[in-house]
Amino acid sequence: MAEAKRIERPLSPFMIGQYYRPQLTSMSSILTRITGNALMVATLLIVWWLLALAAGPEAFETAEWWITSWVGNLVMFVSLWGLCYHYLAGLRHLIWDAGKGLDLETAEKLGWVCIYGSGVLTVLAVIIIWL
Amino acid sequence: MRYITDRQRAVGKGSAHHGAEHHWFMIVSSVALAFMLPTWVIIFGKALGSGYDAALETMARPFPAILTALVLVVGMIHFHKGARTMLEDYTQGTTRKLLIMAFVGFSYVMIACGLFALVKIAL
Repeated sequence: MAEAKRIERPLSPFMIGQYYRPQLTSMSSILTRITGNALMVATLLIVWWLLALAAGPEAFETAEWWITSWVGNLVMFVSLWGLCYHYLAGLRHLIWDAGKGLDLETAEKLGWVCIYGSGVLTVLAVIIIWL
Repeated sequence: MRYITDRQRAVGKGSAHHGAEHHWFMIVSSVALAFMLPTWVIIFGKALGSGYDAALETMARPFPAILTALVLVVGMIHFHKGARTMLEDYTQGTTRKLLIMAFVGFSYVMIACGLFALVKIAL
């Protein structure tokens, strides 16, 4: 029997741009992946904060100084938005997994819900935390 | 010509080769996180920047401590399994295996460190 021919298969994401026009549905999907994976930075900072809190006042001062510095605040704020976005996009996946909202019009609408909704949720969370 | 259905011919040919179990876990953990995260974000957000004594007082209480532990454990397993999907899309072979190991390792280090800190704060 002849050897099966080895085919060089392209690796994702080769489609976007070259063969596939960027659309709201695909872009909002990729953003889900980016936000989900980027949350590892915030996780690292939060676990550092917890360890420092357990270690004592001195270690805590250092950790909190960094995490609430302007760079730290920026990272935490962007992470909060990332979490809100990932949260809404996750709910969107649950709706799709239930077999609902798969038509193009609803799918696009849900994409806008993720984008605007994540902004609203972020502002809402900041207000609740600050008050 | 083998007489099999199109579905059977397709099974195992995706970039991850299999994954129903994985997919189901992501659904279950995402629902759990959806219930826990709003409350946790507020509790942690208020504790962050409140100073040593106030933060210690908050994190030593049962509800914030248990909720933080749950968010950390469920969140980190959800994270490394989600990251795995990304790695299966963009990488192959040994690189893929090593990166999956690194992400799983990172997640369990975060879980162990976080739980250690929470226990030490609570006791």
